Amino acid sequence: MAQLLQIHEPGESPVPHQDDAEMAVGIDLGTTNSVVAVSSEGQVEVLKDDDGQALVPSIVAYAPDGSAIVGELAKRLLLSRPDSVVSSIKRLMGRGAEDVKSLGGQMPFDIEPHHEGESQLVRLNIGGHALTPIEISADILRALKDRAEAHLGAKVEKAVITVPAYFDDAQRTATKDAARLAGLNVLRLVNEPTAAALAYGLDKSAEGLYAVFDLGGGTFDVSLLRMEKGVFQVLATGGDAALGGDDFDHAIANHFLEQRKAGLGETNLSAGEVKVALMTARMAKECLTTEDSGEWMLTAGDKQTKHALDRATFNDLIRADVKRTVKICHEVLTEAGFDPMDIKGVVLVGGSTRVPLVRETVSQYFGSEPLADIDPDQVVAVGAALQAEALTVGSDTLLLDVTPLSLGLETMGGLVEKVIPRNTPIPVAKAQEFTTFKDGQTAMAIHVVQGEREMVDQNRSLARFNLTGIPPMAAGAAHIRVTFQVDADGLLTVSAGEDTSGIEAKVEVKPSYGLSEEEMSTMLYDSMANAKGDMELRLLTEARVEAERAMLAVRAALQADCKLLTVGERETIGEQMDKLIDAIKGTDRDAINAAAEDLDKATRVFAEKRMDKGIRDALTGVAIDKLQSSVSDGENA
Amino acid sequence: MLDVNTQSPETHLKPCWSCKGPSPATALFCHTCKAVQAPASVDHFARLGMEPTFDVDVAALDRLYFDLQRQLHPDRFATKAPKEKALSQRQATALNDAYEVLKNPLMRADYLVHLLGIDVLPEGCNLVHDQSILMEAMEMREKLMMADTQDALNAIQRETKTEIDDVLSALSLAFAGHDIQGACRLTTRLKYLDKMMGEVRHSRARLMS
Repeated sequence: MAQLLQIHEPGESPVPHQDDAEMAVGIDLGTTNSVVAVSSEGQVEVLKDDDGQALVPSIVAYAPDGSAIVGELAKRLLLSRPDSVVSSIKRLMGRGAEDVKSLGGQMPFDIEPHHEGESQLVRLNIGGHALTPIEISADILRALKDRAEAHLGAKVEKAVITVPAYFDDAQRTATKDAARLAGLNVLRLVNEPTAAALAYGLDKSAEGLYAVFDLGGGTFDVSLLRMEKGVFQVLATGGDAALGGDDFDHAIANHFLEQRKAGLGETNLSAGEVKVALMTARMAKECLTTEDSGEWMLTAGDKQTKHALDRATFNDLIRADVKRTVKICHEVLTEAGFDPMDIKGVVLVGGSTRVPLVRETVSQYFGSEPLADIDPDQVVAVGAALQAEALTVGSDTLLLDVTPLSLGLETMGGLVEKVIPRNTPIPVAKAQEFTTFKDGQTAMAIHVVQGEREMVDQNRSLARFNLTGIPPMAAGAAHIRVTFQVDADGLLTVSAGEDTSGIEAKVEVKPSYGLSEEEMSTMLYDSMANAKGDMELRLLTEARVEAERAMLAVRAALQADCKLLTVGERETIGEQMDKLIDAIKGTDRDAINAAAEDLDKATRVFAEKRMDKGIRDALTGVAIDKLQSSVSDGENA
Repeated sequence: MLDVNTQSPETHLKPCWSCKGPSPATALFCHTCKAVQAPASVDHFARLGMEPTFDVDVAALDRLYFDLQRQLHPDRFATKAPKEKALSQRQATALNDAYEVLKNPLMRADYLVHLLGIDVLPEGCNLVHDQSILMEAMEMREKLMMADTQDALNAIQRETKTEIDDVLSALSLAFAGHDIQGACRLTTRLKYLDKMMGEVRHSRARLMS
């Protein structure tokens, strides 16, 4: 044993991967603004530009050659060249053309016609370029990645990205795909309110029951969390993935356009003019947060009009939306079995919580002054950065989240059969059994939906599956088991099989509002000349991680049971380990995998001897206690 | 404690998937190489390290659940090899499944009846056709349909809540006395009452809007 340990010093660990030292960043990819932050030993730094600005406007301008300009500069171009600039793209992630909200009968986006066979994911025409929301979001993420790399002076390839808690599967998948296009490996998608709670919980050592009220540019979330001793347990969540500050802008813009119509008569607006109207409305909204009234000029075509607005009228315009947020809060609390009095504190997140009516209404409902001492525009990124550090460096904090929306399947008559109800802790897996309804039926169409309504067409369609290869049987004899699995990112995978025959039915996914794997790889290829290299590097890293895992396992086994081996056997294993160490140092993925396979073969006899010994010991009753105690040691490790 | 008919699986050994050595079938981590193991096939109580009982101390359950999730949650395996990530997800999933059932009295009762009475009631509680329970449910539903004010709904809710509390106390006694048939009947009644609570909430939401 000693000899072997000398050959393989435990300290002589295989080559550290290059990415070990690499920092993972936290990104809040917002509707209006995005933020990137990094945490080191619990100290979070929100990364700023040369002008000291932390917020990157989520606005992208496209030059004629297709290159993207992101942020403040793009925002400035919005008024002069509205046709080649896009904003609030987050609202269209994982969405179809039918979800785009029009203003004055005109869409604020120029939408590409839908082609037969394509998924229903919306495609926009921006300055002559046809782009999906995923590609546009990827451009924003790339800008954030660049900012982080410039700041840290190193490559950044890992990130925690936040999403609204109420985002459905299509929206989450779209976000993850955007990150992939931007060359970022998503360590975890974290729900925005949960990230905010993490920032508050760790910063203020808050304990008890908290509500996080998150009203952003385009989305509203409310999460009810229990915080205690490093545990952040989400009990319930609710929201509206299409309700936010943008809707306030819409309401004001509508008001202005009505006034304009009264003065000038009916006028047709272009998509660009609609963008200008929304931009003006936003300035009015921001101004009325601190001022009581103001006047704005609206230029469209060759006509300029003047519009006055005071706080009281503004409040009337947005009252219905604000009331809706409180109604959702009430529903979440009631369903979880709580009253507003039970809530120890309310955390405000999102720029739209700066609107005075929102703040007043929230504090009135919960009966307490809300917490907003961490900048509501930055708190989510701060939480994301903390989680990024926790995932890479390690931590004692625990984030336990839930599914925001029920997941189900279409059954006879267009009804929904719920498989996983909302507010179920994730990760979760649940199976549902179905049967055939025709004799000899060999295929079955499965439609996966997400939402709370009873009818399929009232819910969000996620994907359609064709299950083939069911063995022909009498109607009702087949037992088809469909398993829904939601991972810690809140992403769903569906698998299916026939139980009586043991056949794993083939599942073919057609995402309703997403990209196929093929489209995705084309985009990857187009967007990065080195995409193939990146993919190869990722596979190489995976092979190394797996080989190191195998090597550590063999070392542990040798340490425990080395005396079961003959000198010759020990030498053979030692040689294979050396070969694997050499392979890991190289960059040939196949060589690493082959060496790992050889090591596995070389240790097979050893494994058998160890199992024999274990069973012998157990039968004689000698080692049970010893086993038990070492197991608990293992658990604590 | 309740006598659940299970073998003592801790005496079983299985090879660790990572170092291939012997590892107790119920261990979360291999005691030799510390690799996370696949979830063992144990009942929900054993999964959380509890004795089977209806009288679950929810605070204690939470503590056990948090302690286990701290070790097994996929967040702890973000930089680990793909196999370990996948196993951690399966472990955390099994843990969530057990926790969901045990923290909810209705699901817990249903599960416990199934666990204890698998021989007595192979079909579970669904075969119980109890006229008095059906009558009670119909009466309650009629009352609910008549209720057109928040006050009336509040009264029904209070009444239902009291009934639920009574059934829970009775269930505790039934399980303690190994009265599986009785526990089964009470569980069925609890299902109706639980449904009733849900309907009261619905009516209230309707009335508000």
